[in-house]
Amino acid sequence: MENAVEVHSVKMKYHSLNGEIDALEEIDLSVGRGEFISIVGPSGCGKSTLLSIIAGLLAPTAGYVLVNGKKVTGTSSEVGYMLQKDHLFDWRTIYGNVVLGLEIRGDLTPENAGYVQELLKMYGLYEFKDKYPNQLSGGMRQRAALIRTLAIKPDILLLDEAFSALDYQTRLAVAEDIYSIIKKENKTAVLVTHDIAEGISMADRVVVLSRRPAVIKNIHEIKLTCSNRTPLSSREAPEFRQYFNRIWKELDVHV
Amino acid sequence: MYDRHQPEVTPEHKEFLKRVKLKKVSVLTTQILILVLFFVVWELAARYKIIDAFITSQPSRVLKTLVNLYARGELLRHVGITCLETVIGFTSATVLGTATAIALWWSDFLAKVMEPYLVVLSSLPKIALGPIFIVWIGAGPAAIIVMTLAISIIVAILEVLNGFLSVDQEKIKLVKTFGARKLQVFTKVVLPASFPTIINALKVNVGLSWVGVIMGEFLVSKAGLGYLIVYGGQVFQLDLVMTSVLILAIAAAAMYQGVVYLEKIVVKNRYEIKE
Ligand SMILES: Nc1ncnc2c1ncn2[C@@H]1O[C@H](COP(=O)(O)OP(=O)(O)O)[C@@H](O)[C@H]1O
Ligand SMILES: [Mg+2]
Repeated sequence: MENAVEVHSVKMKYHSLNGEIDALEEIDLSVGRGEFISIVGPSGCGKSTLLSIIAGLLAPTAGYVLVNGKKVTGTSSEVGYMLQKDHLFDWRTIYGNVVLGLEIRGDLTPENAGYVQELLKMYGLYEFKDKYPNQLSGGMRQRAALIRTLAIKPDILLLDEAFSALDYQTRLAVAEDIYSIIKKENKTAVLVTHDIAEGISMADRVVVLSRRPAVIKNIHEIKLTCSNRTPLSSREAPEFRQYFNRIWKELDVHV
Repeated sequence: MYDRHQPEVTPEHKEFLKRVKLKKVSVLTTQILILVLFFVVWELAARYKIIDAFITSQPSRVLKTLVNLYARGELLRHVGITCLETVIGFTSATVLGTATAIALWWSDFLAKVMEPYLVVLSSLPKIALGPIFIVWIGAGPAAIIVMTLAISIIVAILEVLNGFLSVDQEKIKLVKTFGARKLQVFTKVVLPASFPTIINALKVNVGLSWVGVIMGEFLVSKAGLGYLIVYGGQVFQLDLVMTSVLILAIAAAAMYQGVVYLEKIVVKNRYEIKE
């Protein structure tokens, strides 16, 4: 079976008046269907750049990306993107927010609207659908943001530091929540994070990027002995520490 | 964790609310008192010849002037003309200013090209253009409206454009991940996110429009409150001048409140808490 995402020799250079910035140097990566990948790396190394390229928001300087076997040339509904903040529009109701993607794509058909209603029901937001975002807690807002992304029925979810705007406790709970939804919906996921523990706790594989220009330093297959794996239970697994320490060393953090 | 709930109102909280309310009432009472005191002192000072009512006028004479103007049917005419000119000038400045801002947001090239012109125009004292408008358009309401437009449009353009440009880039990225084209980026994010800024620009513009209209009427001098003020000054009828200034103050305040009300329905309603 083909991979959900294949990144082939992708390079990215930004040009500005102050010169060129080499963000990505030769990235090769593939993500299997249904797999959960975490990408960790020092801040500014090009993680968001890589996700933007996979999403088709940016064209790479060299190389190409395949999503479901097709070359990426622009955004498509096969890929859903979650940003650091929920960016729910405070002038729209929750329902208005979650159908935003469908509305923009011109896909707000009765079937799709029905699907959104189902998602809202399934994930406990239905009774809040006519409320405004400022009436919801941070966790619920993030959940609404996820439903907004799921509404376009993507196979692949890209999460760019999707939890880092939340405080620590909420973040653990939301990671748990979002993880279970992603697994339930059977999506392939690529999570970018600078939080090593968060990266390990959710992923099947952790990709470690070097400092800019980013190359892949190492890829860790995460095998944890715990039944019913969730981000929280992963943190309890005996191997967790070892993975953490190894990745921590590779990241080579200086202050 | 999920929804805000309304707790029982405790006696302490009631006490707190009462204090807040009391404070509000006493502020309002003091404000009214100052106003009343001002007029009473003015009236008495004029009556007992502490000040010369010929050059300072006095409330009773203002009132008389007001009644006279009204009886001659002139009050509503002058107020009406000035208000109409202001509303037309204000509305057209807002509409044209917003339209121009949209064009400048749309085309980065155009924005770059226009930048020095906008800077020069915004620092130019627009009153200097008055005679030009009068020669071109004629000494009438049209020249006054153009004058008003000239004074407030640059601010409208710059404020609204600034609002457009300060929209969170991540919000724009979000709609782009859904494949939004430029028009959709504008209609789905940039415009709605800028409404509060636009309304704030309107508030500034109300004041500028009044400046434009009164300046215009000073120059053109046929009718309106500005005309009454200039005319009153020329014939040394300070009663007329003071009366017109007071009416002007009331009209300007009323229009500002109108915009505040607009803000309430356009902006605040969007975040309305529907419990
Ligand atoms: N549009 C851009 N123009 C120029 N440089 C950019 C642009 N976007 C990102 N960069 C630079 O590229 C590097 C990688 O950015 P980014 O992918 O956002 O890093 P990360 O998400 O890992 O923190 C950074 O040094 C950043 O300054
Ligand atoms: Mg980033």
